[in-house]
Amino acid sequence: MARPDSRAATALAFAESSEPPLLAIEGLRVAYGAVAAIRGVSLTVRAGEVVALLGANGAGKSTMLRAISGIVRPRAGHIRLAGQAIERLSPARIVRLGIGHCPEGRRIFGSLSVAENLRLGAATRVDRAGVAEDRERMLALFPILRERAQQPAGTLSGGEQQMLALARALMARPRLLLLDEPSLGLAPLLVQQIFRRLAELKAAGTTMLLVEQNIAVALDLADRAYVLRTGEIGLEGSAASLEADYERVAEAYLGARPNLEGRS
Amino acid sequence: MSPLLYITQQVINAVALGSLYALVAIGLSMVFGILRMANFAHGDMMMVGAFATLVLGALGLPFGWAVLAGIAAGALAGIIIERTAYRPVRNAPEVTLLLTSLAVTYILENLGILIFTSSPQNFPVPDWMNDAVQLAGGQITFTQINILTVILTGIALAGLGWFVTRTDLGLGMRAAAEDIGAAHLVGLDVNRLIVVAFAIASGFAGLAGILWAAQSGVVEPHMGFTPLLKAFVAAIIGGFGSIAGALLGGYLLGALEVFIVAFLPSEVSPYRDAIVFTLLIAFLLFRPNGLLSRAQEVKL
Repeated sequence: MARPDSRAATALAFAESSEPPLLAIEGLRVAYGAVAAIRGVSLTVRAGEVVALLGANGAGKSTMLRAISGIVRPRAGHIRLAGQAIERLSPARIVRLGIGHCPEGRRIFGSLSVAENLRLGAATRVDRAGVAEDRERMLALFPILRERAQQPAGTLSGGEQQMLALARALMARPRLLLLDEPSLGLAPLLVQQIFRRLAELKAAGTTMLLVEQNIAVALDLADRAYVLRTGEIGLEGSAASLEADYERVAEAYLGARPNLEGRS
Repeated sequence: MSPLLYITQQVINAVALGSLYALVAIGLSMVFGILRMANFAHGDMMMVGAFATLVLGALGLPFGWAVLAGIAAGALAGIIIERTAYRPVRNAPEVTLLLTSLAVTYILENLGILIFTSSPQNFPVPDWMNDAVQLAGGQITFTQINILTVILTGIALAGLGWFVTRTDLGLGMRAAAEDIGAAHLVGLDVNRLIVVAFAIASGFAGLAGILWAAQSGVVEPHMGFTPLLKAFVAAIIGGFGSIAGALLGGYLLGALEVFIVAFLPSEVSPYRDAIVFTLLIAFLLFRPNGLLSRAQEVKL
């Protein structure tokens, strides 16, 4: 794993490059009925970067990912993928344009076999040879899935299901991978295993936007991070700087503004 | 008559009736599986199929072609209803969908009355179809329509089985039935899957309507009502949302109805429907997910 200072340098290099970011969100607002979930969030993810989206329960992290995937419609704001506005497109179009979404709670198709789940991951693709090739890559990355290929996915353990969900999202060969709480409900050893795979994917150049409750593992993997607090960005910075300033991250999590007043 | 022959005869009757229930119940279950919607207008696809066959036959189309056209008319009606009535309210609360489907039922049945009046029309079939087939020296009899019903249902079910297990579209449909949100996330074109589900479901109902009319000899605008209720019972017994469950439920219900009349004292026969719906209540109370419950397979 990269040392903090080298990661800061990477983040800096990204910030200086002139091409449009892979994902650019501007002034995004999302509401469920009368309840505002996202209140004017802007963020960017550059190609090759891993960006973590942190925040307490209900801060709007999952809603951000659901808006990017077109599952919920924003009230205002723009979402651009490599410069193209995608906030009005259907979820299927958005997958086709290159955004893969590994959802919270895994959402694998439990009654279908592992192999069928992987096939569905490539639902938007027509290049059969490429799909077969990626399938082999996934089975090499997650050997347990090869053993269980013909089993109903619902019979897999939690960690195996998470691996399947990840592999299914990758089968679309996404330019940007959205990860929603990949550590959720997993034992620490399995969390380590999953994040080791994610680090491998990062090393291979996969761009990720990672929503996580587990701050430590998320900052360990990410180049940069944003902390969401009740629908707004409370804090942002390089993963190294946030890791070094754990206290401010915790404050942003808890929304502990009153305690800060004396200090600023 | 020997008991064995008598039982054989009743099994044949049960299979013929169960085939019709299964055809209707499968469509109900397919649509429910994806949209979580009890489609009351489903029974009216039977009427559409039967009337289309009747009209096209009267216009001189050979019966076989008229049947195919009737199935296509049922499928087309299902697609149109999905597009015009259900899709606009798909994200509304479930009760809205339910009431919309009731409204569609009333519109379709009144349209049927407007065009064909509410009195039953003769449903002419080729003479050979009414021929009796006799086995064991006339101790077992059934009509060619019974045979045709079983064969056509078998073809339809085999085709559906192939479609659902062997094609990408069928795989997508099973995925959408299990978790429509996740189906969106992997990039499946859910709208298209829903259209295909309605087309198959309504085509099956159209076929069931044609066979129903061929057996009873008449067709009328309300003909879909009773089979629809029975199909609901079948689908719930089998496990609402499961195609295999609807198939099983359809044949079980057909067998139950036939056997009640055949093997119980004749005083019980008039209570056949009461027994069937009591069974429904029992299932709803004690095994609401049905025999082949999908809910058990889904881990949340």
